[in-house]
Amino acid sequence: MPNVLIYGEIKAGKIKKTAFELASEGRKLADAMGGELAAVLMGPQAEQFAPDLARYGADVVYVLQAPELESYNSEYYAQALAHVVKEKGPEVVLVSHSMQGKDLAPRTAAKLGTAVVADCISFELDGTKLIGKRPMYAGKCFAKWSCTSSPQIASARPNVLETVENPKAGTVEKIDFAPDTSRPTYRTKELNLDTSGKVDLTEAEIIVSGGRGMGGDDYSLLEEMASIFGPTATVGASRAAVDAGWRPHSDQVGQTGKTVTPNLYVACGISGSIQHLAGMGSSKVIVAINKDPEAPIFTKADYGIVGDLFKVVPEFNKELKALLAE
Amino acid sequence: MKSLVCLKQVPDTETQIKVNPQGTGIVTDGIKYVINPYDEFSVEEALRLKEKFKAGEVVILSIGPDRGTEAIRTALAMGADRGIHVNDAQLNEADPYVIAQALAAAASKVEYDIIFCGHRAIDDDFGEAGAMLAEMLNLPQVTLVTKVEVSDDKKSATLEREVEGGKEIVEVSLPCVITSQKGLNEPRYASLPGIMKAKKKPIDKKTAADLGINPEPKLVAQNFSMPPERQAGKKYEGLEPAEAAKTVVTALRAEAKVI
Repeated sequence: MPNVLIYGEIKAGKIKKTAFELASEGRKLADAMGGELAAVLMGPQAEQFAPDLARYGADVVYVLQAPELESYNSEYYAQALAHVVKEKGPEVVLVSHSMQGKDLAPRTAAKLGTAVVADCISFELDGTKLIGKRPMYAGKCFAKWSCTSSPQIASARPNVLETVENPKAGTVEKIDFAPDTSRPTYRTKELNLDTSGKVDLTEAEIIVSGGRGMGGDDYSLLEEMASIFGPTATVGASRAAVDAGWRPHSDQVGQTGKTVTPNLYVACGISGSIQHLAGMGSSKVIVAINKDPEAPIFTKADYGIVGDLFKVVPEFNKELKALLAE
Repeated sequence: MKSLVCLKQVPDTETQIKVNPQGTGIVTDGIKYVINPYDEFSVEEALRLKEKFKAGEVVILSIGPDRGTEAIRTALAMGADRGIHVNDAQLNEADPYVIAQALAAAASKVEYDIIFCGHRAIDDDFGEAGAMLAEMLNLPQVTLVTKVEVSDDKKSATLEREVEGGKEIVEVSLPCVITSQKGLNEPRYASLPGIMKAKKKPIDKKTAADLGINPEPKLVAQNFSMPPERQAGKKYEGLEPAEAAKTVVTALRAEAKVI
């Protein structure tokens, strides 16, 4: 019986980096509990990614490839995950707090009669009790949460846990499970993914964000900066910019948008409202460019430049390009 | 079109959160409470559906202490028809599983085509109640919804939902549970006549016993703490743009080691 089970997310035919984050963390927890780490993969590509999870420490990889699991669906995937948990009896189940995880984990937990310690940024064990530290009020405070019953289910914020290679056997075990399709669910008609390879805000390692100071919907300077940083960088926005209609809602960083934890957050023309600071305050390094020297963003920034962003950003891009070309 | 809207009252986003000295929770003195912003989108969408079909009902269901009545009244002032206020010390601060249990029990006494929930409440940030409620009621869930189109026969809906790096369009039969995401709509303000009318609209009060549930907590919290205080770093003022840019870019590699 595995001590820890992680759910490895496959999206658009690729395994997500969060699966490796969960496997690395799961390995640590399983070792501390003196036992085994299992991973579960679902869908047509499930088996092909098993070796990747073995590399990050999975002793065994359960593979579910029923035709109903061809693409993600809340009800069928929740049935399948609940089935694996019941069959294999892990003490701890870890899922990513990605959009799929947010959809899957609570439905699965409800099937198992428990709740999810959601959006954790770190874990510790007290014996076999899992304690997850998680932000609340969009990061204005933190608390440590645990489950009162077994299995203990938690989800981890993407991009926070470290990935550590730790090769194990990763023995593939096929599990024959066909979801009960009489239970009501939805049908996906279209899945329109951005094929430009643009990384999502919640998964980006670098975010270049623009606010009211952008003065309009021309974000080309910031898009240029993100493209110089490379494929792990993306563009975000403050609420002011989104409410002005300059950027889509999905780009909003803050308490009523996305809470993000990139390695580098570059705030351009963002004054730094309390809601915005809560949403990005856990970024590893913050750079602020703003013409108002009194802007609150400067109290959180590791590097602040007081100046006109339309003059500073082009120079910044030039320097960045030169440095990264070296 | 009948909608049941689950609504939570939360501290306004302007609130400066402080943890109490015992670390058991936050200091609630002086907090201004508002409708959870995602639940406001739900109220608005439910009202638009009722208006579109020129028939139906919008019922507000909320769990929370006495002050929660204000949030329900605000939704009634926006145009909702009636409220259900579940107020019980066992439930008011409960975890998502217990909340979903209570919502499910209350929902079972209401007629609805769609149940709306916010995709998360901006206080505890769990984001679980909607999916759990759907599971408990044996309904499909569609989460993070940014567009709703209900078929003329009210038997199905086409919904747009946010996924990482794109949009998914799904078709679902009704009834279902929808969780609202920003972008769904622009909520209306309550009008003065709306506020006057809301005073006369009924709000049913319920306890856990009325709902026939005996909740057992599934999650417990301890050690509330404040985020590590972030110190202001280096601020460059009065430099030429090129010089400031060069200094910071160089530091990002040499000092911060993030690029």
